[in-house]
Amino acid sequence: MIKDITIGQYFPGKSFIHKLDARTKILLTLVFLVFIFICKNFYSLLLVCGFGVVVYLLSRISPKVILKSFKPLLPIVILTTVLQLYYIKDGNLIFEWKFISITDKGVFTAVFIAARILTLLLVSSLLTYTTSPTDLTDAIEKLLSPLKLLKIEVHTFAMMMTIALRFIPTLVDEIDRIMSAQKARGADFENGNIIKRIKALFPIFIPLFISAFKRAIELADAMSCRCYTGGDGRTRLRQMKFSWRDIVGSVVTVAVCVGVIVLNYFFVHLI
Amino acid sequence: MNKIIEFKNVSFSYSEEEEAVLQNLDLDFYEGQFTCVLGHNGSGKSTMAKLINALYIPTSGTVISYGLDTADEKNEIPIRRNIGMVFQNPDNQIVATIVEDDVAFGPENLGLPRDEIRKRVDEALKAVNMYEYRYHEPHRLSGGQKQRIAIAGVIAMKTNCIVLDEPTAMLDPKGRREVIETLLKLKNEYGISVILVTHFMDEAVKADRVVVMNDGKVCLDGTPAQVFSNASHLESMGLTVPKPLELAYQLQKNGVRINGEPLTAAEFVDGFKNYVENRG
Ligand SMILES: Nc1ncnc2c1ncn2[C@@H]1O[C@H](COP(=O)(O)OP(=O)(O)OP(=O)(O)O)[C@@H](O)[C@H]1O
Ligand SMILES: [Mg+2]
Repeated sequence: MIKDITIGQYFPGKSFIHKLDARTKILLTLVFLVFIFICKNFYSLLLVCGFGVVVYLLSRISPKVILKSFKPLLPIVILTTVLQLYYIKDGNLIFEWKFISITDKGVFTAVFIAARILTLLLVSSLLTYTTSPTDLTDAIEKLLSPLKLLKIEVHTFAMMMTIALRFIPTLVDEIDRIMSAQKARGADFENGNIIKRIKALFPIFIPLFISAFKRAIELADAMSCRCYTGGDGRTRLRQMKFSWRDIVGSVVTVAVCVGVIVLNYFFVHLI
Repeated sequence: MNKIIEFKNVSFSYSEEEEAVLQNLDLDFYEGQFTCVLGHNGSGKSTMAKLINALYIPTSGTVISYGLDTADEKNEIPIRRNIGMVFQNPDNQIVATIVEDDVAFGPENLGLPRDEIRKRVDEALKAVNMYEYRYHEPHRLSGGQKQRIAIAGVIAMKTNCIVLDEPTAMLDPKGRREVIETLLKLKNEYGISVILVTHFMDEAVKADRVVVMNDGKVCLDGTPAQVFSNASHLESMGLTVPKPLELAYQLQKNGVRINGEPLTAAEFVDGFKNYVENRG
């Protein structure tokens, strides 16, 4: 159950998207996320969604994985869509029944919001699906390195992220184990009212935290045994290199962004 | 033989109120040797191991590792460059999400150039027979494989000595065999001194020297044959003797006298064959 979570996972591959430099991917994803919100009409939205789908197809990630990552957030998407339909009252009426009235403007807005959220989800999950955690943290360290001038410990931050990512599977296994152990002693996680269920979580989280602290202490020992003293004087095995792919990726993304602005400007009246 | 680690009259306690875990311990380790440290739970083995590379500092007395006093903070890194350490739980000592990156962690900390790190990582992974797994995620490996990755991480730092605190305690028999074979290879082919803390007698049999600790003191010290000849003494400290030897003692009680003290199954078979032939 708890092992079904795919968000933040990495699916190794050799696609164009996989081979993009992680720094490029992070920056382009950020730019793209901003432009999802900049688009104002259906034409620019179509361009942005279309681009998201093309990127997805290039990544050759299986549709099952994507659907799985959509699943937990689907209720939120449906809820916001329904709320839009219900609350927007201006525009031409297209459906009316008792207190429910739906207008064409409401439908437009609802579709718009759903498309935006889904594209956002698609693109941001593609970032972690196609980038190994190591590359991701290395890239973040590199991108944030100007902050070192402000005496911010960028390396420490990146190392914390690496370790967090490294320990997620371990701790997920641990939760599974603790839950089985508590069930074997008669703990009940599925029944009862909300307070009862929350109370049932304590016997899981207390052992989990104790074990996490123990692990942290052991890990700290192991790291200092391996001469870790922080980021100073450390060299790296991996080297990040930009290639022609990064130029192509950036040019295409910038083109899409320009497209969005142009479409926004020329079709102002069409919504 | 060269002394690499020297405990001189070392006492250690975790806090001022508690009584000392180690008491006036005198113990030396020598270059190129495979030393096994035995002792019942709480006898102070892990504490002793952590004193070796300055994770702990003695409350009184001195520990000299490779000629350097562990109490001096300046010596911390030089000592750890010479002495690598592997712990019991493989999950708590792997830092990276890819095998290769984890092995590279130590050399990266030493600030070595990239090509050198690449070379060392490949060599180390080959030495522990894990080269094919270099791009794998550690959490998908078996316990024995994870421990071999941890050992590769030490090899890549080119330390002269490796200290292991019950590295096989969480492993199945196959994983244990893999780890012990790797350690023997390190000693024989690379000349690395090995200090192995363990509960398994069949592992101790393979060592050059066995040290038995009891309540923070060394109470037996010698070759496996010498140490295990004190069966009753070992039993009084809550330890057993290796299975073949135990069987030989049982037979002896029932009048079957096998020559010598068989520590391995092969030695037992030879001894028993001898007995049968001489009788017949
Ligand atoms: N972090 C600690 N704080 C306080 N006391 C400790 C700590 N670690 C160990 N001790 C105590 O020190 C004593 C020796 O412990 P140590 O872990 O060295 O034994 P050990 O021989 O390694 O045992 P085991 O076979 O169980 O690993 C024990 O009595 C233990 O309770
Ligand atoms: Mg111990």
